[in-house]
Amino acid sequence: MIRNSASEMAAKLAAGETTSVALTQAHLDRITAVDADVHAFLYVDTEGALAQAAAVDAKRAKGEKLSPLAGVPLALKDVMAQKGVPTTCGSKILEGWRPPYDSTVVANLKKNDVVILGKTNMDEFAMGSSTENSAYGPTHNPWDLTRIPGGSGGGSSAALAAFEAPLAIGTDTGGSIRQPAAVTGTVGVKPTYGGVSRFGLVAFSSSLDQAGPCARTVLDTALLHEAIAGHDPKDATSINAPVPNVVAAAKSGDVKGMKIGVVKELNGDGYQPGVRARFEESLELLAKAGAEIVEVSAPNFEYALAAYYLIAPSECSSNLARFDAMRYGLRVGDVDGASAETVMNLTREVGFGKEVKRRIILGTYALSSGYYDAYYGSAQKVRTLITQDFTKAFEKADVLVSPTCPTTAFKIGEKANDPLAMYLNDIATIPVNLAGIGGMSLPSGLADEDGLPVGFQIMSPVMKDERMYSVGAALEAALLSKWGAPLLDKAPVLAGAR
Amino acid sequence: MSSLSRDDVAKLAGLARIEMSEEELVNLANEFTVILDAVARVQEVAGADVEPTSHPLPLRNVFRADVVVPSLTPEEALSGAPAQEEQRFRVPQILGEE
Repeated sequence: MIRNSASEMAAKLAAGETTSVALTQAHLDRITAVDADVHAFLYVDTEGALAQAAAVDAKRAKGEKLSPLAGVPLALKDVMAQKGVPTTCGSKILEGWRPPYDSTVVANLKKNDVVILGKTNMDEFAMGSSTENSAYGPTHNPWDLTRIPGGSGGGSSAALAAFEAPLAIGTDTGGSIRQPAAVTGTVGVKPTYGGVSRFGLVAFSSSLDQAGPCARTVLDTALLHEAIAGHDPKDATSINAPVPNVVAAAKSGDVKGMKIGVVKELNGDGYQPGVRARFEESLELLAKAGAEIVEVSAPNFEYALAAYYLIAPSECSSNLARFDAMRYGLRVGDVDGASAETVMNLTREVGFGKEVKRRIILGTYALSSGYYDAYYGSAQKVRTLITQDFTKAFEKADVLVSPTCPTTAFKIGEKANDPLAMYLNDIATIPVNLAGIGGMSLPSGLADEDGLPVGFQIMSPVMKDERMYSVGAALEAALLSKWGAPLLDKAPVLAGAR
Repeated sequence: MSSLSRDDVAKLAGLARIEMSEEELVNLANEFTVILDAVARVQEVAGADVEPTSHPLPLRNVFRADVVVPSLTPEEALSGAPAQEEQRFRVPQILGEE
């Protein structure tokens, strides 16, 4: 049952073939069996999940009309506030904090009766591409436990690939939903910026952060997208417009006559041969399905990484100032006579990890007087150029595509001491965040040289999120008929499950 | 080529309110030489005629009706406080002695 898609689980629940309590318990048992090896979860809310499941079952027994995903379990990235449930963001500075309120995403999940199993591991404050920056230890990729599951949302992607949950929530500031999806053979979507409320999403870089849905199929991702999206008065940057019709697009999967633009700059040198081979193959399948493949150029994308590593640290140096040891979270050195400033200094030294400190210092530098124009100011101008590149490209194509990442999953520890090599992982995902458009990653097969999953990225214009679901569903269907079974059937059996 | 000295990093860490060991200061200064070289590339393309983008949405002020809605109780607001007193956050000394 746990290997079903969320839609299949929902159908069984609706038909009375199983209950949400049974389904939730099956996933809790799976977590108990394999999570010692995978370490996808930071906190498992056994009681809360079972109580929520029992409540859905009771509603269903009374014949209440329920949402499409009612009773299906989900894994929540630990950057999302959930009332009464520990929320750490993978950081020591928030250890033990239990938010007194629900984020809007959580409120929407509860309204849709989606059962929240627990909180998933992540790079501290979502800064990283491997989940190695978690203060609570790394998550392991279910395809090969010695490898990273991507980051920052490696806990959510690993939970899906290990069948610990059929649905998950991620957040994507520079690729933190899409890159983990790519390296674990799962699906992840960064909606248009403003499509999903950021209220209660602990801020890293406010102009880039976007929460989104993760699952094992395109349709499940669309159903979750629809459940969490929509205008929220609590988030001033939330878009006040109808949610794009992503579920209908995922169901039809029609790409006939669509123009698909291959971004010339997001391929070639630096991309692993197996990544390129799977990408070319996917393009052929989309052409066979009736799409027209065109090439587009985005000359300023080569500056995206540099701009991102100024903008995101600048915003984070400001956002993370809230962790001041005064109102919540860790407090260190509060002895008689110690000043507030000393307590802040000591708390932030102990509470923040290496990468978070690195980015706060970089951001502080980029924003400091005398350097502001040269660094932060120039980065903002590059952001304009990148947005213009997208606008021009979307005049020639309905969606744009590229490999999601240059490589498959690397070994845990391999890039831990080389920040620049780590940052390069996000080279193809970052432009999407800078422009605020939508992006999806879905599995396109395994690289021949290492047998590890490869991701295919689809990018759609602002609030045209349905387009990436049409293309994603078409490609997924074509690949499924080629493979004969879902890609995750090829993943090794985890020891705990034997 | 941009670079930061150990003392530059110490000054930034002070501004960012993070205590740092000697080892951390030296390591960061070394790393920054490489990182700043990489990010300084943004200066190569951006001409004076390009407008900066601070945010992906063209937003101005966003208003809502001024309606009273339920909010956190004092107990909820203080539930995560490291220290509290008389329904307030208790904080370390903020003003100097003199």
